Amino acid sequence: MLAYIGRRALLAVFTVWAISMLAFAIIQLPPGDYVTSYIAQMASMGSVVTDEEAQNLRIQYGLGQPIYVQYWKWMKQIGDGNFGFSMEWRRPVTEVIGERLWLTVVVAVSALLLTWVLALPIGIYSAVRQYSIGDYTATFVGFIGLAVPNFLLALVLLYLGFTMFNAHIGGLFSPELQDAPWSWARVWDLLKHLPIPALILGLAGTAQQIRIMRANLLDELGKPYVVTARSKGLPETRVIVKYPVRMALNPFASTIGYTLPYIVSGSIIVSLVLGLPTVGPLLLRALISQDMFLAGTIVLLLGIMTVIGTLISDIVLVWIDPRIRLEDT
Amino acid sequence: MAVAADAGALPSTSTADRQRIFVASQWQLTWWRFRKHRVAVASAIVVAGFYLVVPGADFLACSDPSASEAQRSLMPPQLIHWFDEGRLRPHVYGLKGARDPKTFKRVYQPDPSQKIPIRFFAQGFEYRFLGLFPMSRHLIGVDPGRDASTTIFLLGTDVQGRDLWSRLMYGTRISLTIGLLGVTMSLVLGVVLGGLSGFYGGILDTVIQRIIEILRSIPTIPLWMGLAAALPRDWTILQVYFAITIIISLLGWTELARVIRGRFLALREEDFVVSARLVGCSRMRTIFVHMVPSFMSHIIAATTLALPAMIISETALSFLGLGLRPPAISWGVLLQQAQNVQTVAISPWLMLPAVPVIVAVMAFNFLGDGLRDAADPYGR
Repeated sequence: MLAYIGRRALLAVFTVWAISMLAFAIIQLPPGDYVTSYIAQMASMGSVVTDEEAQNLRIQYGLGQPIYVQYWKWMKQIGDGNFGFSMEWRRPVTEVIGERLWLTVVVAVSALLLTWVLALPIGIYSAVRQYSIGDYTATFVGFIGLAVPNFLLALVLLYLGFTMFNAHIGGLFSPELQDAPWSWARVWDLLKHLPIPALILGLAGTAQQIRIMRANLLDELGKPYVVTARSKGLPETRVIVKYPVRMALNPFASTIGYTLPYIVSGSIIVSLVLGLPTVGPLLLRALISQDMFLAGTIVLLLGIMTVIGTLISDIVLVWIDPRIRLEDT
Repeated sequence: MAVAADAGALPSTSTADRQRIFVASQWQLTWWRFRKHRVAVASAIVVAGFYLVVPGADFLACSDPSASEAQRSLMPPQLIHWFDEGRLRPHVYGLKGARDPKTFKRVYQPDPSQKIPIRFFAQGFEYRFLGLFPMSRHLIGVDPGRDASTTIFLLGTDVQGRDLWSRLMYGTRISLTIGLLGVTMSLVLGVVLGGLSGFYGGILDTVIQRIIEILRSIPTIPLWMGLAAALPRDWTILQVYFAITIIISLLGWTELARVIRGRFLALREEDFVVSARLVGCSRMRTIFVHMVPSFMSHIIAATTLALPAMIISETALSFLGLGLRPPAISWGVLLQQAQNVQTVAISPWLMLPAVPVIVAVMAFNFLGDGLRDAADPYGR
């Protein structure tokens, strides 16, 4: 078991390393460098950067050095908790991102939780009452959920809310609490706003999980041990919940690894449509204005967040499935 | 699905039919099974219809997709009336535009007294069919020579007064071909890497599998956004088009590689593969003459299932303004206009380009499911 977790942790470290390289590539890709965009920015504000100053800046940021040296320096900076400086906001990147990162985590985690809360009972119901009206409804809604890209779903819900209830369903806070310091009122406000984004983000995952849960449970329900349990006189609920459901639960944990990146990805674009104060809109603005340190940091942090989530799901999987624990170590 | 489960059971059991099954090629068997899956067959027809738009976009469009006219900004869709005084004479009512004195917005009222007859195979703007033959016929249109107010807008117009229907036709062409090109590139990567991984196994397999795992655990949209934003602003439409295709397929090949590796692993120890090796077939021959044909149908099914993801990726990127940029037209570019909820509330037809996205994605999913079931010789 320890060996298994160790292997997954090692892979997680490799993944973080790969993501850091990709994030660095994003910082490096656009033509020009930090200083050229700085000079352009200063020029647009009416001040001039002399060649000497530019040269000093380049030396200070180590921009003339080979790529791998620059990458190493960036990594070392991050080790000290310094993610660089946002050109557009004229503040350190960490300050700009601030609580937005945590709100992204909150939105993603609640979407994931909602996926389970919805998919588990619906999946069980669909399998136990196969070919019932409820089963067909779940299958149909599932197909819609898989086929409609989440940003379009957000757009449609926003439109319906606007025309039918004349309410703006976007955002994570009411306007009066937008910039207020944290308080119980603000937390409650956040909880009230969360369901809609969570539902939009979680729908595709829910649809997929329902299908997996239904298929797995149907396989298990036909097995002899279920018949044995039933013939021994166990109540039906207990027969189903105690044994086959437990067996069919596995994919719930093992697919987090694929569901989480998907949700995080989706949260970027859905945040833009719904105007959620997550890192999504920040990333888009940073990319368009070539505020590369901010953009690279966001990509890196999102990646790390996903990897940690996946690692947790691996550990949960070991915990609920004894077969992995006993596997050759 | 119920339909899929029944699809495998070939109907008749008479001796003649059985013999027909014994001698049928794998493709025939697959086709017979596929035919039973009604949803998949219907989806195949829908997909075929979509791809007919690719060469026929110019013919199906009513007006030049980039011809803008401030006087015709945000016109609502014009309903087609099929009958006039009891006879089949399709026409639309003319729209009268006026400024609302309070909001200063242009509002349009249908004017039943002004009937604009619809002409089939009408003369319109000039184009080159398939890029070769100069033509000016369009499926529908109005009589030429009439003034600008008597045009036909089946789906209304956008802010700049451009015909949404015509733009949708051109957008379909771009969005569907990007999906197809992207999936082809993913397929090449997937076949080469998945094949290497499955055929040789060992360290190579481990390395490729780890790379796939790493790529799959990275959230793709932020990465795509980063890569797409790095494209130089002065690139031509064609350059951006190919760059976007490459970016999408670079991260999209993993699922295909996984499927192909699985097939290779399953077949590697099969008797016919071992005997092919024993009689001295070269590696290339073993792979391409003996192994690939036996799982070709699986590849086709997996490719079909990978297409919707490509289409959604392009749409999402263009929607954000990082993919294709105007004057290029794609579904995502068209949907960009629907980003603002206030605009959409006044002109809901701007959301219409979402319909083909959803229909295409569903059709590809059902088609892929049907193909996968049909291609599996061990399925029920």
